[in-house]
Amino acid sequence: MNWTWFHRLASPPYIFALARRLTPWFGWTSGLLIAAGLYGGLVLAPPDYQQGDGFRIIYVHAPSAWMSLMVYTTMAVAAAIGLIWRIKVAHAVAASCAPIGASFTFAALATGSLWGAPMWGTWWEWDPRLTSELILLFLYLGYMGLRGSIEDTQRADRASAVLAVVGIVNVPIIHYSVTWWNSLHQAPSVMRLGKPAMPVAMLVPLLIMLLAFTLFFVAVLLVRLRGEILSRERAASWIGEALGS
Amino acid sequence: MAYEGLGAEDLHLWRGERHVLDGVAFTLPPGFCLHVAGANGSGKTTLLRAVCGLLYAETGRILWNGRDVSEDLPAFHSGLMYIGHEPPLKSDLSALENLRYWLGVRRRLTHSLLEGALQRVGASAWSDRPVRTLSAGQKRRVALAALSLALVPLWLLDEPTTNLDTAGQQLVGTLIEEQLARGGLVLAATHQDLPVARERVKRLELAVE
Amino acid sequence: MSNVTAVTGEPAALAGEEGRGPPAPASMLDAARLVLLRDLKLAFRRRGQLVQPLAFFAMVTTLFPLAVSPELSRLREVAPGVLWVAALLASLLALEFLFRDDAHDGTLEQYSLSGQPLTWLMLAKTVTHWLLTGAPLALMAPLAALSLGAPGASVPGIVICVAVGTVALSLIGSIGAALTLGIRRSGVLLALLTLPLSLPVLIFGARATELAIRGSAYGAPLELLAAMAILGITLAPLAAAAGVRISLE
Repeated sequence: MNWTWFHRLASPPYIFALARRLTPWFGWTSGLLIAAGLYGGLVLAPPDYQQGDGFRIIYVHAPSAWMSLMVYTTMAVAAAIGLIWRIKVAHAVAASCAPIGASFTFAALATGSLWGAPMWGTWWEWDPRLTSELILLFLYLGYMGLRGSIEDTQRADRASAVLAVVGIVNVPIIHYSVTWWNSLHQAPSVMRLGKPAMPVAMLVPLLIMLLAFTLFFVAVLLVRLRGEILSRERAASWIGEALGS
Repeated sequence: MAYEGLGAEDLHLWRGERHVLDGVAFTLPPGFCLHVAGANGSGKTTLLRAVCGLLYAETGRILWNGRDVSEDLPAFHSGLMYIGHEPPLKSDLSALENLRYWLGVRRRLTHSLLEGALQRVGASAWSDRPVRTLSAGQKRRVALAALSLALVPLWLLDEPTTNLDTAGQQLVGTLIEEQLARGGLVLAATHQDLPVARERVKRLELAVE
Repeated sequence: MSNVTAVTGEPAALAGEEGRGPPAPASMLDAARLVLLRDLKLAFRRRGQLVQPLAFFAMVTTLFPLAVSPELSRLREVAPGVLWVAALLASLLALEFLFRDDAHDGTLEQYSLSGQPLTWLMLAKTVTHWLLTGAPLALMAPLAALSLGAPGASVPGIVICVAVGTVALSLIGSIGAALTLGIRRSGVLLALLTLPLSLPVLIFGARATELAIRGSAYGAPLELLAAMAILGITLAPLAAAAGVRISLE
């Protein structure tokens, strides 16, 4: 089996150059899609029969929440690859993912709070999804905290990789237990959109935003990844050439 | 299975940005001692720990009896004894208790065996006191007692003669020579000379980067 | 193991044991037993330290009547939550001495080079740790519950729930403890890492205790708690061993 593509992906100079070439594609495409999605969601989609125009925040909230989980999964997979096969680039990817994922999580929490506030009358409710989102934020903060506390890069990579893998195993367990806990106490469940099925006009912009956020994540990841590789390989000989070009 | 001893091929290891082990290689047949020499910071401890498998070498491999040790690390570990700079003793336990718990994880040892070993290194008089009351030299003697009990083919010793008086250093030499006579191997990292017969010692000189 | 006889050939004479063969290698059970005995012995040589997490637990549960209200009817409502938060915090404090000393004096290094599976040894250490911290907490918890208005009949239920829950907490905590080895003043970081992972235990444990206090059947959440403990037993020592190896690199 031809593994050369795999070895190339593991090579920092190759990834550094590849990241630079790919960033504009992801960046511009995601920008266009975000514009399209926002137009579709804020302007074209009909108002929800129950929540009126207030539901439109879902076009930012749902993709953020979705991304917060997807980024954690990406981070854990990259970390596991780095741990098992000792590939430095994989660790660099995991390190780059964390702040992005934490930001998405924070955005999901903030938009969730904004969404619920008019209906709840308060700025926060212990809704199961928001609570799970909050715990996910703590998982991200723990990961970044562990990385920041270990000076040796290699050790920080490996220790935080174990943590990321442990975290991803726990995410379903945490989610299940929070949902179970919430069902006990019949707390107000929000974010239902009136009708059980979403009409196409509402759904399509949502899917567009989802795709757009994913591409946006990749674009930001590539930029951060280059910075991460640069800082790790600053003593290496290929850096001078790569930056000069 | 032919017994070939220990070998290292093309070991490269970085600590942070420092290239500590730069293509280190050696072979050590049974009955010989490898004296790893070099100034402070040249990587002696790193080499010993890399051979044990505590540190990961980016390239190269360690061979034990002709086989790569990474194929069966537990078997390799059960055949070696590593003693670092500080003997791994619990300060709240006595020397005797320390030996029992340290080596008991590897081998079933009777009380008389433990006491015999302590007697050999001159520790009988103070073997019941908590280790925190012992001097550095006494602690090292306890470590020597552990070595004599371990009965493993490979010894890895980091600065084995530190803190020992002349008699203690001679004891180290005697123990090493006994191990070599049994067909065992010793890897000793030290910047001093080893009190072992010259013809049994191979020297590996490490340089600072 | 065949290596040993191949090298030594004739069994070497040990001091005081002329003519006998080399001592038999220790089995995994032997090794676990010795880890347990050693840790227990060490803990009892420093008995003062053992009591500290329990005293902390007692103090924290005392805070609530003082801060909220001494009315037993009100306290009874929050008793399960108070009990579990206090137990969680006390467990966190106790985690400090799970691996710290062994990492410092080279014991962990010797464990990783012993030829015994490090995962197994980590499990042995964590179980011993639970015996020294979690089990006493489980026995103390009913006292705290009674002081918060729980009925006497709920005592056995509370002991079981806290006992099972603290097993899970010790195992989850061992992961963070292993990963933060060598980091100075890692207490807060350890808490930050362990708390999110412990939340399921808190949720089910508090619910089970609440049902026990009310006199209802608490089997369902207790089973989930036990499931978590079992999952912890199988997976946590793996992660802890990985963490220990990483700290030795």
